[in-house]
Formats: sequence, structure tokens, C-alpha cells
Amino acid sequence: MTSELDIFVGNTTLIDEDVYRLWLDGYSVSDAVALRVRSGILEQTGATAAVLQSDTMDHYRTFHMLERLLHAPPKLLHQLIFQIPPSRQALLIERYYAFDEAFVREVLGKKLSKGTKKDLDDISTKTGITLKSCRRQFDNFKRVFKVVEEMRGSLVDNIQQHFLLSDRLARDYAAIVFFANNRFETGKKKLQYLSFGDFAYCAELMIQNWTLGAVGEAPTSPDSQVDDMDMDLDKEFLQDLKELKMLVADKDLLDLHKSLVCTALRGKLGVFSEMEANFKNLSRGLVNVAAKLTHNKDVRDLFVDLVEKFVEPCRSDHWPLSDVRLFLNQYSASVHSLDGFRHQALWDRYMGTLRGCLLRLYHD
Amino acid sequence: MPGKLKVKIVAGRHLPVMDRASDLTDAFVEVKFGNTTFKTDVYLKSLNPQWNSEWFKFEVDDEDLQDEPLQITVLDHDTYSANDAIGKVYIDIDPLLYSEAATVISGWFPIYDTIHGIRGEINVIVKVDLFNDLNRFRQSSCGVKFFCTTSIPKCYRAVIIHGFVEELVVNEDPEYQWIDRIRTPRASNEARQRLISLMSGELQRKIGLKVLEMRGNAVVGYLQCFDLEGESGLVVRAIGTACTLDKLSSPAAFLPACNSPSKEMKESPLVHPPSHGCRSTHNSPIHTATGSRLTQNFSVSVPTLIYTGMGSGSAGKEGGPFKALLRQQTQSALEQRGGSPHRFCRRREFPFFTLTAFPPGFLMHVGGVVSARSVKLLDRIHNPDEPETRDAWWAEIRQEIKSHAKALGCHAVVGYSESTSICEEVCILSASGTAAVLNPRFLQDGTVEGCLEQRLEENLPAGCGFCHIPYDELNMPFPAHLTYCYNCRKQKVPDVLFTTIDLPIDATVIGKGCLIQARLCRLKKKAQAEANATAISNLLPFMEYEVHTQLMNKLKLKGMNALFGLRIQITVGENMLMGLASATGVYLAALPTPGGIQIAGKTPNDGSYEQHISHMQKKINDTIAKNKELYEINPPDISEEIIGSPIPEPRQRSRLLRSQSESSDEVTELDLSHGKKDAFVLEIDDTDAMEDVHSLLTDVPPPSGFYSCNTEIMPGINNWTSEIQMFTSVRVIRLSSLNLTNQALNKNFNDLCENLLKSLYFKLRSMIPCCLCHVNFTVSLPEDELIQVTVTAVAITFDKNQALQTTKTHVEKSLQRVSTDNEELLQFPLELCSDSLPSHPFPPAKEHLESASSNSGIPAAQRATSVDYSSFADRCSSWIELIKLKAQTIRRGSIKTTVTVEKASPMGEGNFRNRSTPPCANSTVGVVKMTPLSFIPGAKITKYLGIINMFFIRETTSLREEGGVSGFLHAFIAEVFAMVRAHVAALGGNAVVSYIMKQCVFMENPNKNQAQCLINVSGDAVVFVRESELEVLSTQQPTANCQPSCPGGEVTT
Repeated sequence: MTSELDIFVGNTTLIDEDVYRLWLDGYSVSDAVALRVRSGILEQTGATAAVLQSDTMDHYRTFHMLERLLHAPPKLLHQLIFQIPPSRQALLIERYYAFDEAFVREVLGKKLSKGTKKDLDDISTKTGITLKSCRRQFDNFKRVFKVVEEMRGSLVDNIQQHFLLSDRLARDYAAIVFFANNRFETGKKKLQYLSFGDFAYCAELMIQNWTLGAVGEAPTSPDSQVDDMDMDLDKEFLQDLKELKMLVADKDLLDLHKSLVCTALRGKLGVFSEMEANFKNLSRGLVNVAAKLTHNKDVRDLFVDLVEKFVEPCRSDHWPLSDVRLFLNQYSASVHSLDGFRHQALWDRYMGTLRGCLLRLYHD
Repeated sequence: MPGKLKVKIVAGRHLPVMDRASDLTDAFVEVKFGNTTFKTDVYLKSLNPQWNSEWFKFEVDDEDLQDEPLQITVLDHDTYSANDAIGKVYIDIDPLLYSEAATVISGWFPIYDTIHGIRGEINVIVKVDLFNDLNRFRQSSCGVKFFCTTSIPKCYRAVIIHGFVEELVVNEDPEYQWIDRIRTPRASNEARQRLISLMSGELQRKIGLKVLEMRGNAVVGYLQCFDLEGESGLVVRAIGTACTLDKLSSPAAFLPACNSPSKEMKESPLVHPPSHGCRSTHNSPIHTATGSRLTQNFSVSVPTLIYTGMGSGSAGKEGGPFKALLRQQTQSALEQRGGSPHRFCRRREFPFFTLTAFPPGFLMHVGGVVSARSVKLLDRIHNPDEPETRDAWWAEIRQEIKSHAKALGCHAVVGYSESTSICEEVCILSASGTAAVLNPRFLQDGTVEGCLEQRLEENLPAGCGFCHIPYDELNMPFPAHLTYCYNCRKQKVPDVLFTTIDLPIDATVIGKGCLIQARLCRLKKKAQAEANATAISNLLPFMEYEVHTQLMNKLKLKGMNALFGLRIQITVGENMLMGLASATGVYLAALPTPGGIQIAGKTPNDGSYEQHISHMQKKINDTIAKNKELYEINPPDISEEIIGSPIPEPRQRSRLLRSQSESSDEVTELDLSHGKKDAFVLEIDDTDAMEDVHSLLTDVPPPSGFYSCNTEIMPGINNWTSEIQMFTSVRVIRLSSLNLTNQALNKNFNDLCENLLKSLYFKLRSMIPCCLCHVNFTVSLPEDELIQVTVTAVAITFDKNQALQTTKTHVEKSLQRVSTDNEELLQFPLELCSDSLPSHPFPPAKEHLESASSNSGIPAAQRATSVDYSSFADRCSSWIELIKLKAQTIRRGSIKTTVTVEKASPMGEGNFRNRSTPPCANSTVGVVKMTPLSFIPGAKITKYLGIINMFFIRETTSLREEGGVSGFLHAFIAEVFAMVRAHVAALGGNAVVSYIMKQCVFMENPNKNQAQCLINVSGDAVVFVRESELEVLSTQQPTANCQPSCPGGEVTT
């Protein structure tokens, strides 16, 4: 006796959260059944393995049919084939678009291209996440990227509107899209200590301050329609950043800046002497990062540079985070007192974001 | 009465990409009705076209309105080649033809293609303007309401229940026409879908005409079926119960949406019989009116098929060797009960009722199940002189059923249904029902009050009346175990009762019920034509017998004594016959406690064998004990003396009442013969019997927290919460062809069913505590080694805190299942309290029973009164509920009634509120509930929008790519559900009740990567309102009119 056909269709589509997770994690039906058996469900319910097999198959089939709709979540809401309560719909979408930290760290900042997709099996082996799950996550990134790529307006809003994600998840996707678009290098060994959260935090700050959308946000100027996008960095701003170079190129200015910072921080900083000794190096590092951002290559290396030029020197001198904060605050603020320096607004736009990023990046 | 049909095509969405180059579609729509077609403009390059068309107007006869479906085709415009079809929508406009149903059909319909499935949706608005026309010879029957529900629909009151209506139409199956060889599968499928749609429209219209002739205005329990006879053709047949229904105005009046007085006005010329001319001529039986069915309407394809019936052995249940088998059925005592029987016969050929639940007092006595089967050969011989063979076949079967019922002393058959099973050219026709004696006052034309027969009334105790035998015990040719009713002790009852109906509301049940199934396979040699038919008809009686034995054994094993909703399905295949009987077992308090099962060995000398036997016996006894505990069957322990020989006093009384034909000697004799001998003896004399015993014990009870039944509601569970989940599950297994023996086959089949049930329990475990209701199994044998089982049921959650809720839920139950108006409710409680209260127990509430059983040997009289209270209170409060609903017209309140109301309802109310899920605010698609039941727990149906009757074909030539057979069928069934929901939503409804999947024919050819499936579903589209919402509305209204409730209140306290 072999089962040829075995289906269950409910007027309200049954969604088993546990099976959904197994499916999302890319397990085959037999693996999923084995895992469910191990979870002790048979003992709890008195079911047989055959029942479990049939149930799992059924759910997998349902998920497979739903997957097409999950690719465009608004469709899931409007479709008529599966009657699913709204709370369940939200759960389906949210879980489908959720991703693994380990995976996202591997592809963050990479071009979401076929080439990267080919490397997924390596990532799968490295992270222990099934290839199927890797593919889903990668495809999700790519799909979101494609949809919002050409769109105007807030990146997070666009993602939320087209994929019906929660605020948190939409922000994460905004970061992923932003990183993919600007191809920030995140895979270098010295960046390994950083979490996705760290990058996402930076991305959010950069989107808020360094993109065209950030400028457009100011009382909507009518001519901002050209491209008020959140995804691309404001090219003009990056060009202007060259002007900051005088902060380190002009010897007097650099000395004055240093003395202002040192005066203010004397006695307040545990690592004062180290700071004093390193000031010029640190300042040069930060300003040079800014000045180089006109080149795409250097934009990509932004995080590498920040870690190399700032995080690592400070860390080798064992600066506590509170001292870093005090220093950066003072370092940014003191520029306002430099009479010979005219680009205050530019400095604030640069440093305000950078300070936030650096503080986030500064940990072990 | 011609009409104008108006259609507007608004927009489309989610259309498929038809142009690969642009990834877009240039869509337009063709709207076709009859022979007229309109087109919209082409909406270029969009997957979400906004046509916003003008109103397309069709001027048509109402006959066409009833027969024809509105056909909407969405196409992709192509400048250079033929336009590609995207898909179609068929809309049955029948619901717009009777007034208090829907007024407009408007909404998103899935665009369906028989090859690709659902491809996007289209927004359509449909309206109908009917012109009044007093044509005396009209062919249409607009205005007759159809209900699939097999009880009087809520929010209606039955004025008269006229009786049986039937009709069938025949045509050639397009799939088997010569043209099918040259047309595409799509064209063939669409031709078939359209034809069936037409035929069912025509059928419905013709049934409607018959109803009008009977001066009814509605068909209840409408059941329409298709027989796909292959090359012989296609038969669409329907049966139903004609009624005159009155709308109960109050419940709907609360709802602004349903409140359309103008519509009510429109109805009047349609419903009232005086407007048509046939009336005066109708003394002749209806049956003859089916005359020229084949010649009308199908002018294009004149049917060329004729059946020559081979009357090879009608294998009824009265087969010679098995006379003892269904003793309830075959007792031929004919007790003349006054004038009532002939009253039916005068006007109606078949006193059959497709209803399974009845207004209180309608059903007086139940005789038992009557069924008849006959094997026929479908023949292709062209014989235009005999177009009515099919009709004759059914007439023959119905005649047999009628005579069976007569033999049981019954003048009517209730819970009646018909079915067929076809394999190649052999066809088994089956009909079954429950012989019954009905209260004639519902059946007569004229005033309701006029025909109360005192003699009948006085013998009608509520909780047990229907169990009393309708036949005369004197003329019983077989030794039947009759006892005095355990409830009233006045009349005789059988020891076991089988019925096809739902449990009457007022029946006194102890404990809970459970689903009982008998499953059976019999191999048969492959044969041709007559030899085949003969072989089958020879096998049938054996199968019936075994099915019956299995049912009986399983019933006893459960410790129960009655079956409700019995449905025996015999399926014929190439090389086997399958029998599947499903029913809900209960313990009726009125019937005697079932005896155990005794095992007897053949060779008593063998020691080890003896031991084995006693071991088995112990196991069986243990199982019975366990089941009794599981289903909470704790009948009050009444000592043997009381039961065995009824106390003299009541017997005398009963003799007085039934003075006509009783001689006391014989009564005593009968009583003595009964007694302790009722244990069922199973003789284990061969391996077969061993198998039987084993299979008895292998049936696993559902996991704790689960109950199942195939009736509308589970006896013993009343406190339903609002969560329901309707589902369909299909399984197909392939048998290994090597060693097919009957035993192996039986085991396979048994496992298939058991595993299916287990899977259901597992899948629905999150709903515990819950009950699977209306579990409907269908077996088919699509191929030699394939067995297909289809199950449709609904899982309903219930509240564990039962005791608290009993009162409330009783109210609900009676309200849900009974629709009587104010006046009648008034009449009934009064009758009951004056008449039956002093002596006849009522349905006991659970707590009473529990106390009774713990306190064993409690005097019957005492029990009776205590039990009485709750049940009577139920009646009152149910009535009060109704008053509450009506209260908006009556403004004066009364403290007394208000108190009662509060006592009755707050518990339930609170619970419903707590349980109801938060409204889905952001959902764009409205939720449509589907249920095979006639009600929705925790809600009130306020409006019936019309019948849903849909037929779909789905075919694929890329089976593997669609996920194999499972993927294909899963998607198709989901699509069918979606289309049903969309139609209901477009009618303005939010639920389908009495939903049934009547056919699910699945064929596959994996080698060719092909599969095809046909599905036919039906149900009633309704609007329901959550009781919590309703109560908010109604509590604002002052509860009024103390008068009727006062007497009730006094009696109860």
C-alpha cells in the first residue's frame, strides 16, 4: 500500500510555525520530519511517524505555493486563494524576510549579482546555513534591492510599503540595500569583529545625513525631484569634503585645533597623554578619509579606513569608550572656534555622522 | 416575466503576463449571456487594467435567466494572431432572481482557466431588473428559493412542508463527442463546464416549477448530483423538499444592511401561487409532469442517448437469507394510524423528505433505516422511444423505499438521499432514508391550528417520543427485543435504533457521541456487461449484511444504542466493491442499555483456544468499559426488575392508551423473551471472524480533547465557541496487486481511513478541545488498484466549562436548528407542560445526569422532574431569545422576563466576546467562512443570499512541474474554495453553510505527465452576525411582552 496522493486543504490555511521555520531554514522534508521527531512531538501528540511525514509534506506544499506570493507581499494580502488571518500573514512575511546574522555578514556590501550567488555554497559551508536558506535570503536581498532601487522617497518607507515588513526589519533591509548599492567593504579580517547591527546603525546615520534624500528632507524644495534617493551618497557633498583637507594641511589650523581640544579635555580624559601624542595622526586619518571619498574605491573602503585610522590606534592605547566619546565631541565642536575655517556646515554634516559611526564601531 | 440583465466590468488585477516581450498584457473582456456578446475596450499594457466599462444590457426571458450562466472571458489582445484567452468567470445569476436574497453581485472574482488555474481577478457588477408578467403558461420559476440546508433555514418558518420534488436532465457528455478529438482540452473542459452549468440551471428551474405547482415557495434540502456516465452521457439529477416558508422578519430587521422593505414588496407576485395558472389542474401526481424534458432547451445537441435498463436484481435489504438483519426495517406490522397515511398518498407519490432536522413536533416516531439499491447497465443503444429510462429506474427504487417504510408502519421517509456509483457501464443506484411517522399538521395545506389531532398529541413525550416504535409489535414476524421506553415507560422501544437523520434536538442523550464507521471491501472478478452486473448484485446483500454487523458490533463496543446520520456508500470498481458506512453513535436514554459482546469459540475443548477466547473476551469488555468512560456514558443504574418487567401500573396505562390491538398475554411473553439475553454473540469459527474481532479492537479512539461525528452537532457538546475550520482532505493509495485478498484489502482500506483520521487529529491539534462535525467520507475507485478517500468536515472548538453553559447553548441549539415563529413557540411549550410534564422526562442536562448516576438507583420519577426543569427552561429562554429579537417593535418591558434572560445568557455572551478574534482591520479580503453545517457557532444567520452550486474542471499537462498529483489537487481544491468564497463575497455574504463537495473525480496519467480533476460543490450563501454583536444591539432594546413567558416561568420554578 503506497500513498499516491495525500492532501489537506483548509478553508483557513493552516500554518504551523515550527514547520515554517524548518522550511525557511531549508531542510528537506525528511530532515524536517527527523527534526520534528527529535523535538518529541510524537510523544506529546501520540501521532505516528507516517502522520508526521504527511503533515510535513502538506505544510511544505502550502509554503511552496505561498512562496510565489511572498515575493510580492502585497499580493499575499490581496490574493483570494489562501484565506489567512492578517496576523498570520504578517508572520509569514516577517519570517520569510528575516535573515541570519551570519549570512548577512557574508554578503553585506557585496554586489547582489549572479557572481555572488555562485559563492553561496561556500557561504553555506562556512556558516552552516543550508544552501536553500542562503538562496532565499540572498534572493530576498536582491528582490528588495531591485524594487526600491529606482524609487524616490524614503528608503525605509519604500521597503515597508512594498514588502510590508515591520519597522525594524525594514530598517535592516534599508541598510542591506544601502551597503549593496555603495559596495562598502565589510568582509576584511579587521572588520570581522563588527556585527550587522553595527553596520546597520552606520548605514542609518549615513542615509539620514549623507544621501541626496537627506538634503531633500529639508522643506521639500520643488527641484529636488531629480533624484531624492536614499540609496546614493550625495556626490556634491563628497566633492565638498575635499575642502576639509585644510584642517590637516594647514599646519597652524591643525595646531590650533589640537590646542583647543587639549585645553578642553585636560584632566577629563584618562588617556590624555596618549591623545595628545596621537592627535595629529587621528585628525589626519579622519580628515583624509573625508577627502578621499570622491573615489568610489575609497568609499568602499570607508569602514576599513575608519577602523585602521581611528579605531585601531585608540584601541591599542586602550581608550575607554567614554574617552573616545569625549574626544570626538570635543574634536568636532572645537572646529567651530577655528576662525580660519569656513566650512562649518560641511564639517558638521560629515563629523556628526562619523562620530556616531565611530562610537558604534569602537568596541572589541 | 422577462428581465434585463446588466453587467459592468470594472477592473482587473494580478493578471498574468501574456506578452513576454513587454512583461505586460493587453487585456479586454467578453461578456456573454445566451447568444449575446459584448466586449470592453482593450486596456493596453497593464496587469491591473481599469476598464470601467459601460453597463452591458441583456434583455432576456426569465427562463434563460434561470438556465444560463453569465460568462465572462478575459482575453489578451493580439494584433497579428488570435487573441489568447486568459480565463473565464461563470456567474450564476439565480440569487438575483428571488427577492429577499442578493440584490446585486459585485466583487472580485478569480479568473479561472481549466489548464492554468486562477490567473488574476476581475471586478464585476451584475444587476437584474425583472418585469412582472402574469403569463399563465410560463416555464420559469423565478422566486422559488433553494436551500442546500437540510433543515428549515434559520430566519424562516415552515408554514407547510409539501414534500418530495425530483427531476433529472440528460445530455451527451462533451468529453465523449466526436468533436473532442479535434478540439483542445481547454475547449472541451469549457464546453463541459458550461453544459453542466446550463443543465443545473434548467434542473433548478424545473424543480422550481414543480414547487410552484405544489403551491410552495422554496426547496429545502436541495441536493443536486452529476452522474458522469462516460460514453452513455451525463445526467444531472436533483431531489429536495418543497416547502412554504415564511420569513421571520425580526432578526434581520436589526441590520440596516438587510433591511430592504422595497424588496419585500417585489417578492409578492412571485411567491404567491395565485399568480400562475397551473394551480387548478394539479391533482395529478407531480411525477408525470416531467414529460418532455429532453426536447426543450437543448436545440443544438439533441440527446442521443438512451438507457436500456437491465433490472438485474434490485438488491434491497429484504434479501431472503438476511431477513433478520435489520429488524427495524422489515417488520411488516402495518398499524393504521388514523387517517394520516392516506392523506399523503392522495397528493404525493413519494412521501419523502430530504430534511434531516425538523421543527419540534414534526417527527413523531422513527421506524428505522430503509434503503434500496439496484444495479443497472448503462447502454449505448440508441433508442429514442425510451428517453425516460433513468426516471423509471429511480421511480422503481423510490417505490421500493416507500414499501419498506410501509412495512415499518411508517407513512413517510425522512433524511432521504440518493446516490450512484458508476464503473464503466455498470451503475449502482442507491437510495436510503429513515422511515418515520410525521405530525400531519405541518404537511397540510390550510391552517396550522385546524388539524391538531388529539390522539397523536397525547402520545408524544418530547425526549423519547421519536424512539417509540411506529409498527405493531403483535405483527412482528421476527423476535425483536422490545422494551418499554426507559424514559416514559409507556410505549415500546427497540433495543437499537438506526437512522439517517440528525439527532432530534429534544432527544435525551447520555454522554457524548462518536463517529462510527464500518469499512468493507470485496473482491470481484472482472467481467463484462450482464455477467458483471449479476456478480455485483449477488455481492451486494452480503456487503449490506457485513456492514450492518460491523456497525452493530462497533456500536456495542462503544456502549451505545443508536446511530444517527447513517450513510452507507457502496462503490463499484473494476475488480472490487467497497462499502463505507458512517454514522454517529449515541446513547439514547429512552433505549435499553446495550448488552456486551460475547465471544463464542467453536471448539470449546481445546484449552489454549479457550484461553485465547477468554483473553479476547476480556479485551473486548475492557474496551467497552473504557469507551463508556471516554464518552461519559453513565446511564442511571436502574435495577433489573424495573427494566426487565415494566412495572404493572404504567403498562396498564399504556394499554389504555393504545387500546386497539394489544393483548396482554403476548406483551408479557415478549417482555420475558427479552431481558438479559441481549448480549451480542460473536462466533469465532474461522479466521474471517477472528479478523473481524481484531479489526473491532484496532479502531483507535481520537486523542483526548477530540470528538468526531458525522451529524450536524455532537450529542453531548453544546458550548461551541466561534472558531471553525472547514477542510477537505483527499488520499489515494495504490494497492499492491500481487496478493489481493479480501482480508488484505480490508486491512488496507481500514488503515487508509484510520490514518486519515489520525492525520486530521494531528493537524487540528491546535484547536483542542474541538469536535470534528459532519465528517463526510467519500470513497471512489478511480482505477484498478487505486482507492481514493475524500473527507470534508468542520472542526469546531468548544469550551470545556460545559456545566456553566448548558442553558445558554441549549437555547442556541434550538434556535439554530428550529425556526418557528412566535405563535408556534407559544403553542408548543404549553402543550408540553400541560401534557407531558408530569410523567415524561425531558432531555437531561449534564449535571443532572451526573448526580443521578453517582446516586445510583434514583427513582425514575424524581429524575424526571429534576431533568424537566432545565430543558423546559431552555425552551422558555429560547423563546425569550426570539422575543428579544422581535423586541424592537414592542416597547414595553417586564422585570420578570428580563431576569430570565439574564439568567440564561450572560455566561455564553461573555464567552463569545472573549473568544471572538479581533476584527481584521487591515485585511483587504473579507473573510468568508465555510461550513458543512447549517449554522455558524456563536453567530446568527440573518439572511440567505442564494444557493451556490459550482462545477469546475482542472486539467494539466505538466503534472510534475505542478508538484505532482498532490500539488495539482491541493492547488485545485484551494482554488475551488477561493472561487466559492469570492462568489459569496460578491453576493454580499460572509459565509457558506451546508457546504458540500459532492464530487471530486480525479484521474491521472503520470506517464503522460497529465491529470484531470472535476469538482462539484454547493452550499448556501448567507450573511451572519456574531452573537456578541447582535446582543449588543438587542440588549439596547427593552425586553418585552411578559405574557407568554409567565406561565413558563411558573411551571419551571
